Amino acid sequence: MARFPFSAIVGQDEMKQALLIAAVDPSIGGVMVFGDRGTGKSTAARALAGLLPPIMAAGGCPYGCSKDDQARYPDVCGRGKMIKRPVPFVDMPLGATEDRVLGSLDLERALRSGEKAFEPGLLAKAHRGFLYIDEINLLEDHLVDLLLDVAASGENVVEREGLSVRHPAKFVLIGSGNPEEGELRPQLLDRFGLSVEVRTPKDIDTRIAIMKRVAENEADPEGFAARWAGEDEAILRRVARGKARLPKLVPDEEMLRDAAHLCLAVGADGLRGELTLMRAARALAALEGAKKITRKHLIAIAPSALRHRLRRDVLDETGSTVRITRAIAELFG
Amino acid sequence: MMPVEAAAADPLEDAVLAARLFVLAPATFKGLVLRGPGPTREALVAAITEAVPLRRLPGHVDDERLLGGIDLAASLSAGKPVPRIGLIEEARGGALIAGMAERMDRGVAGRLAQALDEGGTALVLLDDAAAPDEAPPASLAERLAFSCDLAASRRWQGVTLAPCGGSLVAVGQLEDADLRALAATAEVLGVESLRALAFTAEAARGLAALAGRKTVDKADLAGAVRLVLAPRATRLPPQEPSEAPPEEPPPSPPEMSPEEQSDSDRQQPEPDLSEILVAAAKAAIPPGLLESLAQGKAPRRASSSGTGQKRKAATRGKPLGARAGMPRGGAKLALIDSLRAAVPWQAVRRCENGANAASPSAGPIIMRKEDLRIRRFEERAARVTIFAVDASGSAAAARLAEAKGAVELMLAQAYVTRSEVALVAFRGTGAELLLPPTRSLTRARRTLAELPGGGGTPLALGLNAAREVAEAVIARGRSAALVILTDGRANIAADGSPGRAQAAADAETAAKAIAARGIEALVVDISARPGPEGAALAKVLGGRFLALPRADARMLSAAINAVQPLGKAA
Repeated sequence: MARFPFSAIVGQDEMKQALLIAAVDPSIGGVMVFGDRGTGKSTAARALAGLLPPIMAAGGCPYGCSKDDQARYPDVCGRGKMIKRPVPFVDMPLGATEDRVLGSLDLERALRSGEKAFEPGLLAKAHRGFLYIDEINLLEDHLVDLLLDVAASGENVVEREGLSVRHPAKFVLIGSGNPEEGELRPQLLDRFGLSVEVRTPKDIDTRIAIMKRVAENEADPEGFAARWAGEDEAILRRVARGKARLPKLVPDEEMLRDAAHLCLAVGADGLRGELTLMRAARALAALEGAKKITRKHLIAIAPSALRHRLRRDVLDETGSTVRITRAIAELFG
Repeated sequence: MMPVEAAAADPLEDAVLAARLFVLAPATFKGLVLRGPGPTREALVAAITEAVPLRRLPGHVDDERLLGGIDLAASLSAGKPVPRIGLIEEARGGALIAGMAERMDRGVAGRLAQALDEGGTALVLLDDAAAPDEAPPASLAERLAFSCDLAASRRWQGVTLAPCGGSLVAVGQLEDADLRALAATAEVLGVESLRALAFTAEAARGLAALAGRKTVDKADLAGAVRLVLAPRATRLPPQEPSEAPPEEPPPSPPEMSPEEQSDSDRQQPEPDLSEILVAAAKAAIPPGLLESLAQGKAPRRASSSGTGQKRKAATRGKPLGARAGMPRGGAKLALIDSLRAAVPWQAVRRCENGANAASPSAGPIIMRKEDLRIRRFEERAARVTIFAVDASGSAAAARLAEAKGAVELMLAQAYVTRSEVALVAFRGTGAELLLPPTRSLTRARRTLAELPGGGGTPLALGLNAAREVAEAVIARGRSAALVILTDGRANIAADGSPGRAQAAADAETAAKAIAARGIEALVVDISARPGPEGAALAKVLGGRFLALPRADARMLSAAINAVQPLGKAA
């Protein structure tokens, strides 16, 4: 079944922005999407897969190694010729076992030839791409810990079943979940770069537009995808340009100061807030093709970058987003 | 044919209609949830099977069987890998049917949800839930178009699905006005999910197809709303002010019997389309839901199945599968898993030992330490703290806010330590479980904010309700502790009648029952002038007593924690 085109998703601008920023700068550290069921979380995340510029990877390598990876992990890479291939997108189901995620002993080869070989898991498949987990808040804790750990280090180290393997696993983690069904521990939440809140559009016209697109897609998936291919192509080019522009953008003193002030004002714990804020603003500027990172970019991205890092004051009914916008208004007018 | 009248008939009729739609286009409607075991459901399932092959999905199915992989047993006997396709793949083109769906493993549900999203898979869930907090996984129920409750049905003979005249493809798309009416109806019923809305539109087209028409008419729309939106309703349609029953003037959610509703509907002169649709939905909202909605305590499962309550599949006390480890410190050896871990290595190990790898079945199995697997069960440390909050006039007036605050603070802490919190409130003449054991701060906060105060003190009822929750928790292999926030001045007896003496006696009986079950309890008196009643209650409960006349929420939470550390392994 053809994927629902990214550009055909109605509304949900914050989520789309966050996903594109993560595509431009994977070092941002993942995106967490909170929202009710049936708001298009999964659709948007899965659609993202279709519109990323292809990468050059070693052919026949189960990890899709780049040239750098080949040099750094000479013993795991298949060392094939470099070929173009799409950015991997791995959809991890809730019930995935540790074996499936990390990789394990290759049963087939062990049975056939009595050979001790490593069968790469989902983490290997997701290298240089995206790992999407729906309902991440229901995932077993030890698995979430493990995923975030690998996502942060960019490397998967397997020491089990007599295997000892180290392979690259750099990916953007995209999680989604409904906070009403259980929360993610704050320690884990903090490690996501961006977090967005998705709400069902309440506006009747928007809902009608969505129903129409869904019906069109249902009736003729291929035709629908073809109709939106142009728009998706435009986004793909924007992401590619943003990626190229990213290293040229250097945050200036003033901008760093703004970021620090804002984090202090809202009381975001730790330094991750500032760093993410800075990176996200840079990625947004790159995505928009701006020459310089401005305060406008910072403000646009601040809610996504900070809302999950505020210390929770359960007696304060105001939501995190409100607190951030208030702080922005006070600081920057 | 007026849809309102049709819905008054046996619930089977709607279920048959839903089944016919499903059979018409399994890939579009994805499937249905059938609640209520009995001959009716069996007959219906049999009828569906004639049109769409149903493949049974056992509850204990493992990943390998579900997704396919290497058939270990066959591979071992053949000496070479034998692939096997999974159930999801096998059922492609037909549908999977899962019995006792309310007990389905969350992992299995996750896999199925993914398969449903990919397309090509359809699912029939049989929901036998008895307890109110059991329901099929919401992630699946949300992805299936229909949900039918057959528990009240009395018919089972002659259940057949009439063959359909048309096909879904032949029916044109909906007009803008129709879409608008559907969206408005969903809004009125509090159905937020866009998936549900899309299903409704498709169902309307499906109904037209069943009738052999090329365009969708009003009856199709009404039928689709009844089949798809009504079971998912999270609030009652607002009531026209002119029709308000005279005895119920307050602005609280309207309370109307179905008769009154259809009366008021008939009095409408020329209702517009969305009103017709709302009326159709109203008649089809499940009766239990209608009651709880009318009492204003909408379960607010935003867009989950509509018939069930909170899903709790993960903490059902099931074994969790095995992990590598040594069988010591109470951990049990998982023999089969250990053997399974060792088997693939036999050839390698024989080679290492210098034997011939070509004869893998020769000699004993070579086990090593790293093969050992231990059984894991549901974390027994999971602890549920049940708050029984006295929201009566005497205790609450000024102190309810602090009590609420303390519960929230403890919950915030609880979700860091992975323990859970439940909330029972008692006031007036009743006690209710406001919050089943949960870790969700979002839910708890909303429930607490909505908690009203005032009225008498039905302490006995409150204690009984708290005990029932505690017993349910213990039955699932977790430990429970009670924190009772009250002044202990009971004045409503267990049967709801006023009278201080009877009330005190009943409260003592209830407290003794708690003590007899050995449930840990803590009584906190937060009233401005603590009296002897609280301490007396604590004594009967065999628990501790705290008098905190001037504590704010933070102090309260700190004090409760000092006495009874939350989240400590039991």
